Amino acid sequence: MGRILLLRSWHGLIVIMGVTIVVFVVTRMIGDPVDIMLPLEATAEQRAAFEHQLGLDRPILVQFFDYVWSLAQFDLGDSLWQNRPALEIILERLPLTLYLCFSAIAVAVLVAVPMGVIAALKPGGIIDKITVLLSLGALSVPQFWLGLLFIMVFAVQLGWLPAGGAASFKHLILPALTLAIPTMTRLVMVVRSQMMDELNAQYVKTAEAKGMPLFRIVGLHAMRNCAVPVMTLTAWEFIRILSGYTVVVETVFAWPGLGLIALQAIERQDLVLLQAIVFVIAVIVVVFNLAVDIIYKVIDPRIKLD
Amino acid sequence: MTQKLLEIDNLEVHFTTRRGVVRAVRGVSLSVGKGETLGLVGESGSGKSVTSQAAMGLVHIPGEIVGGDIRWKGQSLLGPEGHPLSRRIRGREMAMIFQDAMTSLNPLFTCGQQITEVLRYHRKMNKAQAQARALELFELVGISAPLERLNQYPFEMSGGMRQRGMIAMALACEPELLIADEPTTALDVTIQAQILELLQDLQKRLDLSIIMITHDLGVVAGLCDRVAVMYGGQIVEEASADEIFSHPAHPYTMGLLRSTPRIDGKDDRMVSIAGSPPDLLQAQQGCAFASRCPSRKAECSRDVQLKEMASRQVACRFPFSGPWSRDFKERTDHIGTR
Repeated sequence: MGRILLLRSWHGLIVIMGVTIVVFVVTRMIGDPVDIMLPLEATAEQRAAFEHQLGLDRPILVQFFDYVWSLAQFDLGDSLWQNRPALEIILERLPLTLYLCFSAIAVAVLVAVPMGVIAALKPGGIIDKITVLLSLGALSVPQFWLGLLFIMVFAVQLGWLPAGGAASFKHLILPALTLAIPTMTRLVMVVRSQMMDELNAQYVKTAEAKGMPLFRIVGLHAMRNCAVPVMTLTAWEFIRILSGYTVVVETVFAWPGLGLIALQAIERQDLVLLQAIVFVIAVIVVVFNLAVDIIYKVIDPRIKLD
Repeated sequence: MTQKLLEIDNLEVHFTTRRGVVRAVRGVSLSVGKGETLGLVGESGSGKSVTSQAAMGLVHIPGEIVGGDIRWKGQSLLGPEGHPLSRRIRGREMAMIFQDAMTSLNPLFTCGQQITEVLRYHRKMNKAQAQARALELFELVGISAPLERLNQYPFEMSGGMRQRGMIAMALACEPELLIADEPTTALDVTIQAQILELLQDLQKRLDLSIIMITHDLGVVAGLCDRVAVMYGGQIVEEASADEIFSHPAHPYTMGLLRSTPRIDGKDDRMVSIAGSPPDLLQAQQGCAFASRCPSRKAECSRDVQLKEMASRQVACRFPFSGPWSRDFKERTDHIGTR
């Protein structure tokens, strides 16, 4: 087990190195930070001085190795826009984003799993049909639009919930729901079809023949067999939320998390900060996947990690 | 027979499919007494598994019991009054083992967990008691290194060991009736023999009644007191095992016997039964076997009932009498041999 963990960590490190290279190259292609940071009337000398200060006048390879060397020392550079360490900014914002992501995924799982299971108990029944219809409907709704709709209805019209910010639990509800709903719909479909398959399995018949109660057969025997595919999708959805959807939803709801700051970093061409954000998310994704792999092994003893 | 344990009376089971209603079981009646072994023989799709699953209360949508009655010690297991009883005896007084122990065991739980859950649920044992009893059961069914096996997952065990584990699980609550649905089909021959021996031994020791569902007449010969032969969802012949083998009366039974290899070499070649089993989607006119029967006559297109004949029951207008080989051979030699 220890050896496998080490191997997996090594793989993760390779992924992170790959991401580092891609991010480094791409951020250098989206624009010249000097144009943004300096006023239009800046002289050529001023520009050159500024470039030199950022180290952008050095050969690209030197810049890259310098960047990697800093990373190795947990130095992600100083934000050009805010003039302070990028890591500091990220660590301020990250808890809010993780809070939002975990809330969203928790809501999605807590709704989708029971819903999918109940639908699977009677394939083609009325509950099943409603579930499929609802999730297909909700699946077709774009997230930003859903967020705006929520704001219009619950914040503007009804005035029940705040439209933006992150001051209280009330502020969490709308963005978390907006993130949860598309995930929920995909999860429901997978839970449903997986559970239908499992309920037809022979071991379910055995459990019935043993006289086990339905709740135990479905909730324990079949559920554990559903767990691996359902977890796979959940992990995938979590990563999509963390590394993508939050940018949209945090913007819509002015949720001051990592997604919002990422968008602002792009707008201000703060390539150091942007680089740092992408790097941190990549690390989180790699660690998260490692954890999921280990949980797989706990759920299903047949899974070989190597 | 002292006491009837399970009685199935004119059972009808239908499956609603997209292609229509499959009438899988068509008026089957049978009974098992205490300590008796009944063989239920027939080819795939003859309704033998469905009949036994109906007895266990395991027929679900799209299947439905549409007629007849199933009684346990005289009390009906069907209808609103029967369901609680059915739930109470399932896994306790009546237990079942299946063909493929690999898929029949939950792959994600250890064998120990799967046995102890029965004991803890039905017998309200605590963890330690259940563990001790499980160990006892593993020893009873002859599992080597039982303590170790309890903590193994099904995929870590051999086919024979898995089936022994299944049997141990079924016997956990000391049932009176064990339904074995082709318990040896998925095993190789030496293991088959071991499992059958085990069942025979357990039956004697625990005074167990067994319904042995099989298409293997060898299994029947070794184990069963009585045999019911099923064809097309009906019982076509029922008699003691001795009689079935010495004087089969129904042409289908005869065909089954002829298509079985014999080790004593008395028989020359194996004969297959020409044609294919009836389409259970169709409502059936007359004898289901008529289209494949070598001794078919015009009257066979009229319905036949299971009729008392000497010490047996046969559903045939022109049953054989006398020892089986010659009479049947003469009439069937025109059928292709292989």
